Amino acid sequence: MSGNRLSGRLLSTAFGVIVVAAMLFPLYWMVNQSLQPGTGSGNNALFPVHPDFSVYAQVIGEQGSSLLTSLAIAFGCVIVTLVVAIPAAFSLAKFPGRAVTIVLTILLVSQMVPSIVIANALYKTYVDVGLLNSLPGLILADASAAIPFSILVMRAFMLSIPDGLLDAARVDGAGPIRTLVSIVIPISRNSIITSALFSFLFAWSDFVFALTLTTSGKIRPVTLSIYDYLSSTIQDWAPVLATSVLSALPAVVLLVVAQRYVAAGALGGAIK
Amino acid sequence: MQHPRRTRLAWWRGPSAGNRLAFTAFLAPAVVYVLAYFAYPAIQNVIMSFQDYSATTFFTGEAPWVGLQNYRDVFGSPIFGTTVLNTLLFTAGSIVGQFVIGLLLAIFFSRRFPLNSVLRALLLLPWLIPLISSSSIWRWMLDPESGVINYVLLQLHMISTPIPWLTSPSLALLAVVIVNVWLGIPFNVTILYGGIKEVPSELYEAAALDGATGVRAFRYITWPLLRPVVTIVLVLGVIYTLKVFDIIIGLTGGGPANSTQTLATNSYQLSFGQFLFGQGAAVSNILIVFSMLFAALYLFRTRRQADAA
Repeated sequence: MSGNRLSGRLLSTAFGVIVVAAMLFPLYWMVNQSLQPGTGSGNNALFPVHPDFSVYAQVIGEQGSSLLTSLAIAFGCVIVTLVVAIPAAFSLAKFPGRAVTIVLTILLVSQMVPSIVIANALYKTYVDVGLLNSLPGLILADASAAIPFSILVMRAFMLSIPDGLLDAARVDGAGPIRTLVSIVIPISRNSIITSALFSFLFAWSDFVFALTLTTSGKIRPVTLSIYDYLSSTIQDWAPVLATSVLSALPAVVLLVVAQRYVAAGALGGAIK
Repeated sequence: MQHPRRTRLAWWRGPSAGNRLAFTAFLAPAVVYVLAYFAYPAIQNVIMSFQDYSATTFFTGEAPWVGLQNYRDVFGSPIFGTTVLNTLLFTAGSIVGQFVIGLLLAIFFSRRFPLNSVLRALLLLPWLIPLISSSSIWRWMLDPESGVINYVLLQLHMISTPIPWLTSPSLALLAVVIVNVWLGIPFNVTILYGGIKEVPSELYEAAALDGATGVRAFRYITWPLLRPVVTIVLVLGVIYTLKVFDIIIGLTGGGPANSTQTLATNSYQLSFGQFLFGQGAAVSNILIVFSMLFAALYLFRTRRQADAA
């Protein structure tokens, strides 16, 4: 490689860093301002020269239960989603027939329905069946967004499982359930992890269902806490932004720890 | 048993109906789920939109049939025109901004340079954090008195007085579009980058021999081959933008003076703000018709591409 080419590439890198820095500036600003109590009066420093973490202690004290509620809902959503979606994905990957195309189309389209439209009717149903203001109610509602996505992601992978392998299992006397548990699930591990990550993020980030399917304030996910801040007059922005930082943590952690899986999911549900 | 269609598995050739049953059972929970959480609410919305479904209904259980009254109320409401116009402007503005910036960045990232994949991964962050959290950051950044955006613009002498981004009826929609563009860029970059990478490199080599490089190579090779992906990104973009709710509610709540009210936020405010669930359902139905039109377009385009391939 000539020196000229190399410097050109480094220039590209420099430009790329500037672009990404600009795109991520709001996130930097969120962290920076959350470390400066009294944010909201006058201009604050561009860098947290004297970072003050006291606001985090305050926020964890005030919003700890909301964070736990969000965690419970997110984990619940992951479990419900995987239990429903794994067998369905397997079935749709290996089931011969035209019904498969119809079901896949319905799953694809269901992801395009605005949640607020669903919430409008779901509220009435939840009042009737007593799921309003309940963890199971929110878990089930959030899983409705995660299930179609997960089925499409996992099915795309399961298509590549060789039929010979499944036939061999059958010859050895394994039934469908045994085949699913001992062969399909271990092989599809990566796509299952991707689905689990996104199911977690969907539920953790959900605001529409949290807002419309709770009325008492008894069940309050962290997204609702942030909204409650935003709907009141804000004197000091530091607690609001600190809560926002905490709510953004799972996404940051997952992107750092599981970048491979996130990248796989980024294209998963939308493009077959 | 002979199947006329190609069977994928020897399982199906056996006399065992048990496997067929098992596969149906595997699929059943997902189908029930989709029916309960998509089909049933959609039907409910249609029914509710013909009923006087309001706060009293939840106490009395009575929801009298009112025919098309909800639709008359909605269409006749002074803010309905504004709502539809805002939805169109918000969608158009968001799509243009996201797509143009997304395409430019996708082209840039298709070059090879150190740290490329790390930077592209970082770009996904705005897309992964909760939308309501993003709206809180931007609410603060756009604050007229203490927000960093006005601060920078003032320092650069690009403006002489602070701009009331979210409190001015003439600016709020623009501000909400800017935030939504920021949110949509990662998705656009990811899909378009994938499309650009699919273009066979031999084509560029052949074109380079004929002296077509850079902009000309893009115009005659990349763009024509990228067109199917572009269509998909645009259609999906419209579908996702019609769904946008969290961001607008978090930034402006549909205000000031309904200047950022869209079909999605309007449906919410009718139902959950004023407890006029019948009217909320009517607006929901208008929104879902738009969404499904574009969903049909998406299916049509993807199917055509699959057939062409």
